[in-house]
Amino acid sequence: MIEILKEREQQVYEKGESRFDLACEKPSLAGSVSQRACVFCGSRVVLYPIADALHLVHGPVGCAAYTWDIRGSVSSGPELHRMSFSTDLSEREVIYGGEKKLYAALTELIEAYKPRAAFVYATCIVGLIGDDVQAVCARVEAEQAIPVIPVHSEGFRGSKKDGYRAACEALFRLVGKDDETPLSPRSINILGDFNLAGETWIIKEYYRRMGVETASCITGDGRVGEIGRSHRASLNVVQCSGSMTYLAQLMKKTYHIPFKRVSYFGIEDTAEALYTVARHFKDAQVLRNTEELVASEVRRIYPEVERFRTSLEGKKAAVYVGGSFKAFSLVKALRHLGIKTVVVGSQTGNKEDYDYLGEICDPGTVIVDDTNPLELSRFMTEKDVDLLIGGVKERPIAYKMGVAFCDHNHERKIALAGFEGMVNFSREVYSSTMSPVWQFSPARIGREARTAVDADVESTKGHGAARC
Amino acid sequence: MKEARDVTKLQGSDSKAGNFISTRNACKLCAPLGASIVFRGIEGCIPLIHGSQGCSTYIRRYVISHFKEPIDIASSNFSESSAIFGGGDNLKKALDNVGRQYRPEVIGIATTCLSETIGDDVALYLNQYKKEKGGEPIPVLVHASTPSYRGTHMEGYHEAIRAVVEALAEGGPRARHLNLIPGFLSSEDLRHLKEILSAFSTPFTMLPDYSETLDGESWSEYQKLSTGGTTKQAITGMGRAVATIHLGKSAAGPNNAAALLHEKFGVEADYLSIPIGIRQTDLFMDLLSGISGVPVPSRYRRERGRLVDSYIDGHKYVFGKRAVIYGETDFVVSMASFLDEIGVVPVLCATGARTGRFRELLSEAITHRHDEVSVFEESDFAGILDAGRAMAPDIILGSSKGYRLSRELGIPLVRVGFPIHDRIGGQRLLHVGYRGTQQLFDRVVNGLIEHAQTGSAIGYSYI
Repeated sequence: MIEILKEREQQVYEKGESRFDLACEKPSLAGSVSQRACVFCGSRVVLYPIADALHLVHGPVGCAAYTWDIRGSVSSGPELHRMSFSTDLSEREVIYGGEKKLYAALTELIEAYKPRAAFVYATCIVGLIGDDVQAVCARVEAEQAIPVIPVHSEGFRGSKKDGYRAACEALFRLVGKDDETPLSPRSINILGDFNLAGETWIIKEYYRRMGVETASCITGDGRVGEIGRSHRASLNVVQCSGSMTYLAQLMKKTYHIPFKRVSYFGIEDTAEALYTVARHFKDAQVLRNTEELVASEVRRIYPEVERFRTSLEGKKAAVYVGGSFKAFSLVKALRHLGIKTVVVGSQTGNKEDYDYLGEICDPGTVIVDDTNPLELSRFMTEKDVDLLIGGVKERPIAYKMGVAFCDHNHERKIALAGFEGMVNFSREVYSSTMSPVWQFSPARIGREARTAVDADVESTKGHGAARC
Repeated sequence: MKEARDVTKLQGSDSKAGNFISTRNACKLCAPLGASIVFRGIEGCIPLIHGSQGCSTYIRRYVISHFKEPIDIASSNFSESSAIFGGGDNLKKALDNVGRQYRPEVIGIATTCLSETIGDDVALYLNQYKKEKGGEPIPVLVHASTPSYRGTHMEGYHEAIRAVVEALAEGGPRARHLNLIPGFLSSEDLRHLKEILSAFSTPFTMLPDYSETLDGESWSEYQKLSTGGTTKQAITGMGRAVATIHLGKSAAGPNNAAALLHEKFGVEADYLSIPIGIRQTDLFMDLLSGISGVPVPSRYRRERGRLVDSYIDGHKYVFGKRAVIYGETDFVVSMASFLDEIGVVPVLCATGARTGRFRELLSEAITHRHDEVSVFEESDFAGILDAGRAMAPDIILGSSKGYRLSRELGIPLVRVGFPIHDRIGGQRLLHVGYRGTQQLFDRVVNGLIEHAQTGSAIGYSYI
């Protein structure tokens, strides 16, 4: 059996077994094949969907090349975010400094693409060679008359979470720039939805039906101008709390905008999210609209979800995702499909998050922080799961082990948020779990044989007992 | 007979397409990626990237999208203090942990721009590590220096092969076997090359060999290290081979593995282009035949014959068509040679790398219509698109990264090379040998026919 590294033992917990005190928010262990990325990744994912901004990665080519058009964040207009711009530093700049190249690159790109703002991501090497990114940005900002914002995302500065923080700081520089656009008194900002496969549009449409105006979505289908006016909205509704709570806090402190944490995954959480917003406005009409919306949507999708549930009832799932808030919703959404979550974890959860996961999971569930392929495969085997929910790096692990898979990360191409998202999610889970291909998987065959033997042993025991 | 050709005849600059200082949609990847692929092609080896966590995660994610296999690559996971005080402690800890969890025979260490720039003396750390372990058995530690600001993934690829050979190859009495350094090809290509070499009845060592490790079977239980790969023992014997065949001429130079084997152990080095197309495959077969003394096996003569037959069947659909090709230098050179021999003009040959040899190698490979061929080194996809618009091409050959080009130009993309991440089966694409060329030829012709059919108002059902 695969060994869990000693230094990681505190980051794994089986509910009901011992005192629950999961270690988390630690740097990944050297040598452990963590599924986590770095500070740069954290910044890049958050700012990614701002479609009318220039995103320039200052560093050697890798960081930019690996993030080129990697996300499913769609735009209703400009698509500048889908380009990958890099200063592509070479040995010479590493020795003599990259400021000149950065200045020239920024200037030429702004002139060529006319973005509304520019983000400059400082990568590992830039932090080391000590380029004054701030100064270059300030100079270009003055010359080009658009916001040019440095994002301090040197990979070694911490974890993905520190990148979220750097992104929030960068975003905050845009907030408050526009004081002109009139906003309704019932207006919100959607924070932490990235418009994967058009999910933001689904959510915005719900709010429209409720009678609530969306002032900005930060950052799904994002626009520099929208972010500029976001400080005058009445409420910040934070979905991806891991990444965006910090921005919400900044906006609360400076602009006195309250915030609520919500999730749009699954029937319960989506409904709860909408009610949370409706209750905030204390407006009878909005509340009625919301009740109507939820009732009609649930009525519409319920029969479909039920059909999938009939086949899926009794299956067991493992969930390993980036953010823990998503994990909560997935546990609940899976329950709607009759699927029990037996392994659950995240890359970036904190103490509170894991406590909550401990509350909502059944006894025997393995809860894990910052896991790796070896551990994950071990838990999946021990808990005999039928399904893994994760991202691209987890997919082949599941497949090799004869386990169904559903992609629930930033690269997904199918909308999984909202009520229709629940139908899509159910279909996704169903179409992998019920596929006939598993009959050929050696791992699955082995597992089924073992289960059959166990059942035989059980039934023999049963007969023995009867004879006594 | 080959004529001496004027290398200046090919159009375009040798440097970046257009005048952009920044890179817009890179046509290259960074060096540690290439090294990781090589390390995954060695039996019992796990790659360890010495730097920030993100380097290993991004590379894993990228490579998984092509091979669709679990790709475990460890990281020494630098923190701020390692960036200041050096990465020695993290590296040693990583070696311990990866050793304990994976029990590898070899750990392939690839350095990043971060560790290189702070001046980490990895060789020293590794010596210290060995000393600290006393007599305790530890995996073989191979170190490839792969800062991402120096060269592309191909430099990383060749550097890792060199590092492995340097660490393991030994001299001794000459044996009857061959070394094959195949270049960055698909898993299927590697399997086909092994099949061809076996048919010449000469024992051989191919380094790297990720044909199984990155395109394996479904498992009955989770494997820490995928089975397959070049064995440590075989690499040890590379110093006693009769010759090294190195596919890809752009990497020829004093620092590659073939040159090293020649210099240290007197193993003869032969550089050939990647065998794509009849001419390049003929050269490969002739060389194998010459070295082994075995005539070209009849099955390959028959495959060649069928390929010629199909070239003739399809010639009208491709003649005079104009193609854009991009990718790794050596891959593009061979692809250009193939297109040239079927009458397609490779109007734009682009690579993200800078080897300084691209133009010269293309001039050798291309025999017709020189004045229509443009050559771009250090190019990116935005540059290729800008130039491509003016060239009125009919077809594009290259990785999935050309999808945007194909969409914008409204012409078909025949997916070849790496990465293929918007289709299933990139690792099973065959490009090399007569058989690989056959598959390529059929795909190119059919790509053109399908495009014509789709755009046709009449919709002929016969060609």
